[in-house]
Amino acid sequence: MATLAHPVTVEEREPRVAGGPPASPPQQGDRGGSRGPGFTPADRLRRYRIGLAVGLTPVLMLFVSFTSAYIVRQGLSDDWRSIALPPILWMNTVILLVSSFTAEKARRTAVRDEGPGGLWLGITLILGLGFLAGQWIAWKQLAAQGIFIASNPSSSFFYLLTASHGLHLLGGVLALGYAAAASRLHRPPETRRIVVDIAAWYWHFMDLLWLYILALLFLAQ
Amino acid sequence: MSEAHAEAAVHAHAAPTGFIRKYIFSLDHKVIGIQYYFLALVAVFVGMFLSLLMRIHLVWPTAHLPLVGEIKPETYLTLLTMHGTIMVFFVLTTAPQSGFGNYVLPIQIGAPDMAFPVLNMLSFWTTFLSFVIMLAAFFVEGGAPLHGWTGYAPLSAIPSAGPGQTLGADLWIISIAVFCAASLMGALNFITTTLDLRARGMSLMRLPLTCWSWFITAILGLLAFGVLAAAGILLLLDRNVGTSFFVPGGLVMTGIPVKHQGGSPLLWQHLFWFFGHPEVYIAILPGMGVASQILSTFSRKPIFGYRAMVYAMLSIGLLGFVVWGHHMFMSGMSPYSAFAFSVMTMAIGVPSAIKTFNWLGTIWRGRVRFYTPMLFAIGFVSLFVSGGLSGPFLAQPQLDINLHDTYFVVAHFHLIMGVAAIFGIFAGTYYWFPKMFGRMMNERLGQAHFWLTFIGTYAIFMPMHYLGIAGHPRRYSQLTEIKFLEPLMSLQEFITIAALITIGAQIIFVINLFWSMFKGPKASVNPWEATTLEWTVPSPPPHDNFGGRVPVVRHGPYEYAVPGATRDFVMQDEEQPVQMHS
Ligand code: HEM
Ligand SMILES: [Cu+2]
Repeated sequence: MATLAHPVTVEEREPRVAGGPPASPPQQGDRGGSRGPGFTPADRLRRYRIGLAVGLTPVLMLFVSFTSAYIVRQGLSDDWRSIALPPILWMNTVILLVSSFTAEKARRTAVRDEGPGGLWLGITLILGLGFLAGQWIAWKQLAAQGIFIASNPSSSFFYLLTASHGLHLLGGVLALGYAAAASRLHRPPETRRIVVDIAAWYWHFMDLLWLYILALLFLAQ
Repeated sequence: MSEAHAEAAVHAHAAPTGFIRKYIFSLDHKVIGIQYYFLALVAVFVGMFLSLLMRIHLVWPTAHLPLVGEIKPETYLTLLTMHGTIMVFFVLTTAPQSGFGNYVLPIQIGAPDMAFPVLNMLSFWTTFLSFVIMLAAFFVEGGAPLHGWTGYAPLSAIPSAGPGQTLGADLWIISIAVFCAASLMGALNFITTTLDLRARGMSLMRLPLTCWSWFITAILGLLAFGVLAAAGILLLLDRNVGTSFFVPGGLVMTGIPVKHQGGSPLLWQHLFWFFGHPEVYIAILPGMGVASQILSTFSRKPIFGYRAMVYAMLSIGLLGFVVWGHHMFMSGMSPYSAFAFSVMTMAIGVPSAIKTFNWLGTIWRGRVRFYTPMLFAIGFVSLFVSGGLSGPFLAQPQLDINLHDTYFVVAHFHLIMGVAAIFGIFAGTYYWFPKMFGRMMNERLGQAHFWLTFIGTYAIFMPMHYLGIAGHPRRYSQLTEIKFLEPLMSLQEFITIAALITIGAQIIFVINLFWSMFKGPKASVNPWEATTLEWTVPSPPPHDNFGGRVPVVRHGPYEYAVPGATRDFVMQDEEQPVQMHS
């Protein structure tokens, strides 16, 4: 202890019983921390899945906040004029649902190591872009009717919710694109598998989120 | 085991060599932790400088001040806003959690790094960007905003509401939104790391309390920052594209009717405080962890009531999400809601008291070693109690309606959030400095720094309770014309002088910090004779923390004075057989 400015003197004292759980070597069955920090492909996949589940929480909180604002704003004053939802939304919804199905195909192919699954990835990508294009058309249709973001609180929320969701979905599109390009970029197959798996789960979440938003917009009409 | 060993060596990223990858865009959690720490250090000096200008202006209104010149009432509000924002976000949220958490958490749980090193680097640089955007608000036309750190609408929502409410306010909101993104990335990393990277044998009930506090803080951040981001987005839309989420109808600003209608300023308050109250715990929880760690180490006793400490922190975190309304008693809420918020707020007093008594129980009859980290940890407890005692008063709606807009609230939150959290940072600095920089800080200077700061902050903030009870309102630049406040002027002068001295005393700290970094005596592996894993590795630790070794944990974190042990402390990974439970 020569490094201390004032040397520590440890006086002799009757030792006391320490608190905390008793000392024991780690058991195989110990919950938590029993494995130790692992770096095998399976460990990494698990870690990224935990990360995704954690990372989706704030996305959820974002939309929960928008929802509470929605409810408050609608109930608050008499200037709310519900807009008619553009019918193309139904088609977009179908596209997104199908894309979730193909994303799952890609994910299972990749995780079970049954080949690159590039075809399913490609289809999902195209469907995702199709959905975004469909949303764009929906905005165009509203704008053609003279309904813009500031026209009415209900249109404000329409644009806000669809745009926020669209931006998040765009993130998913980029992830899928990265997964599709991963083999070209000479990423190890293990990394590609993780990217496909995470992107697909994210995609499902975006799918559910869209259904929720649609229900919210629909019920408020 | 040896397989995992090899794996770890292969997969934990290799040590970088170039200067840029090593010190600037580093993936190493230790470098990133230090980057966060220095960002906060810069921020705290900016924030302190702003507060100094305010204090001087309050008592010597005609004084000409550097950089700002004449202080108009609007200028004062600008200083106030930027002071609060910088302190809360870039100091109290940044140093205790992102700074120390990043540096220490992976080592304490026995991991080679954070779960996602690239994300970790990104979150630091995003925080940095956010800070730059915040500072940029000073230099745009109209200057920085004046809507306070709480950004209440409609003041914050209407660009014509005052100087600084144009571009400055936009930058402020964007900076906060970017900060939210950065904090969310950080929280994600902390949570995944704690869940998935713990060493073998590091069960949850063997985690050091510091790790628990960082973990719980990360969960609070994860739930709170998304809400603030949502509020910020809505506010930006109100300001820039003409929506009306927060702006009511019939508003007239500088003689011109505002076009918005139907929005709700209270909606902003709800969203803001749903974030804002958990935020105060984001600032203080890491300090609680650090204090627990240090009190136990320097009392040479196990922490009193480890499990109770964990459950108290968990319940503080949980309750923190249902009390936001206590900031809004003035908003005209129904007395029933006010009552509910009041009861739940006071319920937080229970876990807070449990923590306090357990800290005292830890010191009680310990063989206390009064080194600087210990002094600051004790100071933390003292300030937490002094600041916390005014909480239950403010939690009474009837009392709060009188006290809300007065210096009483300023006293409350500065003691408990401002200074207590800063004491947590100081305690952590003096405690982990040897590990971080491989050298010891100067003990004499440390003690001088402690006493001057401790007495100084009490001298600044205690009298503010009195000012508040006497009716002195907060957020005003000048009250010289008001008769009943005149007798309070001498007290205000006293506070300003105390502030000058206390801020001056921080120079001692800075000198000690930088001098010791290069010239301090070399630190051993475990200078404080502590038990947690960071004290089993060299000071400073190698790139992968454990030098290829994979630690296995066999003991709880605070096994001091264990019967039958060879020393008065047992390291967490020690194999020595210890008989317990005779
Ligand atoms: C038993 C514990 C506590 C109680 C009962 C309590 C109660 C309150 C109440 C009722 C207010 C609102 C006063 C007003 O604005 O009129 C308040 C304000 C505040 N409290 Fe606490 N508090 C407690 C602990 C804490 C802690 C631990 C922190 C921070 C670490 C904290 C930080 C703040 C801040 C920053 C404000 C002022 C916000 C502002 O107006 O800018 N409080 N507290
Ligand atoms: Cu609060």
